[in-house]
Amino acid sequence: MELIPVIGLEMHAEMKSNTKVFSPAKNSYNDISNLNVNKIDMAFPGILPLLNKECIEKAIEMALILKCDIPEIFMFDRKNYYYPDLPKGYQITQFNKPIGTNGVLTIDVDGIEKNIDILDIHLEEDSASLDHYSYFSLIDYNRAGVPLLETVTSPCMHSSKEAVAFLDTMKYIFRYTGISDADIKRGQIRCDVNVSMMEKDSKELGTKVEVKNVNNINNVEKTIEYEIKRQTELILNGKKDEIVQETRRYDEATETTITMRSKIDAIDYKYFVEPNIPPYEITSDLINDIKSRISILPNEKKLKYINELGLNIIDANNLIKNKDVSEYFDNLINLGCDIKSSVNWVLNQISDYTNSNNISINELYLTPDKLKFIIDQTILDKISSKQAKELFNKSLELQKDPKILIKELGMEQINDIDTIKDIIVNILDSNLDQIKLYKNGKTNMFDYFVGQVMKETKGKANPVLVKEILSSELDNK
Amino acid sequence: MLEELHKKLISGEITSKELLEQSLKKSKEIQKEYNPYVTICEDTKETEVNDNILSGIPYVAKDNLSTKDILTTASSNTLNNYVPFFDATVISKLKDVGACLIGKSAMDELGMGATGTTSHTGIVKNPWDKTRITAGSSSGSACLVATGVVPYALGSDTGDSIRKPAAYCGIVGYKPTYGVISRFGLFPFASSLDHVGVLTRSVKDAAIVVDNVKGKDELDMTSIDLNVNLTKSLTGNITGKRLFYIENLIDLKNYKNPSNELTSIITEFKNTLNKLEELGANVTGINIDDNLLQALFPSYLCISCAEATSNDSNLTGIIFGPRGEGDNYVDMIKNHRTKGFSSLIKRRFVIGSYVLQKENQEKYFLNAKRVRRLITEKMNNLFKEYDVMIMPASGKIAPKIENSNDVISGNEQVLENLMVIGNFGGYPSITIPNGFVENMPIGINITGNILDDANILNISYALEQSMNYKYQIAKEVE
Repeated sequence: MELIPVIGLEMHAEMKSNTKVFSPAKNSYNDISNLNVNKIDMAFPGILPLLNKECIEKAIEMALILKCDIPEIFMFDRKNYYYPDLPKGYQITQFNKPIGTNGVLTIDVDGIEKNIDILDIHLEEDSASLDHYSYFSLIDYNRAGVPLLETVTSPCMHSSKEAVAFLDTMKYIFRYTGISDADIKRGQIRCDVNVSMMEKDSKELGTKVEVKNVNNINNVEKTIEYEIKRQTELILNGKKDEIVQETRRYDEATETTITMRSKIDAIDYKYFVEPNIPPYEITSDLINDIKSRISILPNEKKLKYINELGLNIIDANNLIKNKDVSEYFDNLINLGCDIKSSVNWVLNQISDYTNSNNISINELYLTPDKLKFIIDQTILDKISSKQAKELFNKSLELQKDPKILIKELGMEQINDIDTIKDIIVNILDSNLDQIKLYKNGKTNMFDYFVGQVMKETKGKANPVLVKEILSSELDNK
Repeated sequence: MLEELHKKLISGEITSKELLEQSLKKSKEIQKEYNPYVTICEDTKETEVNDNILSGIPYVAKDNLSTKDILTTASSNTLNNYVPFFDATVISKLKDVGACLIGKSAMDELGMGATGTTSHTGIVKNPWDKTRITAGSSSGSACLVATGVVPYALGSDTGDSIRKPAAYCGIVGYKPTYGVISRFGLFPFASSLDHVGVLTRSVKDAAIVVDNVKGKDELDMTSIDLNVNLTKSLTGNITGKRLFYIENLIDLKNYKNPSNELTSIITEFKNTLNKLEELGANVTGINIDDNLLQALFPSYLCISCAEATSNDSNLTGIIFGPRGEGDNYVDMIKNHRTKGFSSLIKRRFVIGSYVLQKENQEKYFLNAKRVRRLITEKMNNLFKEYDVMIMPASGKIAPKIENSNDVISGNEQVLENLMVIGNFGGYPSITIPNGFVENMPIGINITGNILDDANILNISYALEQSMNYKYQIAKEVE
């Protein structure tokens, strides 16, 4: 019996915005608890939600990117349940009319394109966060009311690899558009993972298990792997009945999933329309306006790199992973830098440096115009690649412009023909025996003379000029 | 009354301090007899008299309006220690014009009651007859205006919570169009039905207060501007105004055993219709399908309880309110809510939860919303032909306290709960005194189209001029 995993994802991404989705409190990650809190976030009696238009527009933007159908009216619903991280006792979300339905996202799984069906995408508010200790728990309301964008896929994926590729693609889109920072470390991406096993050639889906609130992409991968293994073993051991429709959670310590509640205990959220937010009309003008503002997306950029700049797929993939990196690269190209050199600098030296110093490329002292100087020097053969690396490192170390540093390090080339000629004449005059050897056919003596010139000029003579002048001087002998 | 007081304050005939002292003194006497207060703000300082007509004049706010640094309980034990740190918009607007808040009035717990008997501070008694109820939920506010303690009081109205107590206490109760007064800071009962409004002893006073607190509020997304000066629109001229009443509810033949009260109330109502004709208005009886009318109250119950069960989910005792006992949050919340809510409230929560359950939503909650839409469509059509609807505010006089929970059915039930139409459609609606039956005041209700507040006020104003109940103070108190 061949079993095929069937996977669907509900991906929650914390959106980037100035303020929270229903309150004027700041929406920013903060290490200090309960700093970004408004009375609305804590549900004091008499508060009312205030809808943040920035969030609506970003939600519509994402719905457009996912090629969703967009309703004419934007409205919210209440999802009612009690939990200490939910001060109002309900979450404002979208149930009846999500901002996008029926969309699709094309992803790249090991070079093969696959379409992921998007059932819906909707805007909602995040809950507070809880810190549990042995005898008590603490509530941090900084996160309460942070805008969340939830994307629900159909059960259309069949491996953890596909799921990861989907999440990565979404992550890059979020970062490119600025809809979300999609910062995994700060828990800005959380997923509910649905896994079932289907018999090959069967049309019937197996019993679905939902693993809630898996908090980063690596764990989603592990969750799926574990569930596939667990469910497959049960089926193969004739214990198919033990797979029940239930909600589980991922346990990071054991890398397993654990039962939370069964279908029978499923919560009835008693959804109804949020009465405090009037329906918000989504006009075609608004949609067109948002459409016109959508920046270039990672996939489009990748194609541009391959088709227009002639990059290979690996380099292109690596460049688009990070929006800032690709923008840095774009700036180099726009400044007229050599394409191949630019790719190498960005993906090697710069990447090594930013990684080992744990900084973003935007914090790099060597801005594209400064790096251009170094790249140009090497292209023009004014400095060797070894010198270029030295110049790069020194410039970052001393935070000094390479244009100035190149002189201070004495790297500047001698390009003056007369100067070079004088040096060559002197060298030739004191190496008459060697000239004889050369004239007698020992042509490799040419390199010997070049070496002497370089030695004399401490490597600063322009090698091209040296070769030209040397060869004409030797001819004259 | 407000105009007169303002003149006296400006001329120096009386000072804000004296007014305040009088009100506070009377507050204590009335509190002993009728129990309308949750809090009397004895430390209140008089306010400076300025050009604004409300400056220096005392008023009372219902205890479900958030008042900074003043205990606000919504008459519930779940909030019996809650002191807000922010003002409701309506409160801050009155503060800005120099009005003087002297107390917080008792109400049916969380607004969810129609009798004035379910406040955590006890029963509010009717100042015309202590053995009777005031109706609710703005019971304390109605009592304090009817006894002349203050010229006006703020209330809230989800079904008829301003207009019914006004009727039973012989005063004016007005809720403007939904959204005209911001709900920010109003402890919600049912958000889609909740209105802030005012109780006064004259139509003009109601217009004056609302003129000072109306308008779009950036803290309430459902608030709207009403670009009319209500006070100035009171001309008293109603020639050619078209009024309708629901004939099938006024025809005594449609009642099995009409009580004497009902018979007298309908007689008074018809007399008033004649008066309106004399004033130049056209009055027409129309019929509305009995089935639709019968469905109004059950639908109201479904919608209001559903929203209430959700709205009041923040009352957990975790962030505010008395902390419940228990080893974990579930037990703490359970303890807080079990101890804090009266059984009436729990019943409403159960109803609300039930009608929202996945398997029941369609049958109850969504059907209730359909009824709401049907009646609103019906009314909107009628308002194309007519200016306002006029109906008795109740088919009864204020019941005896011990009979306040009598279950009624049929057309009595419909007439008793008819004013909910004003909440379903968000229509401006006002109740004014319409005389007496068995020595108890009765009221008449006028409801108009959205944002047509000026029309209902002007018609009420004309009617008020033709009757003798303006500024009346409850008989027991006089």
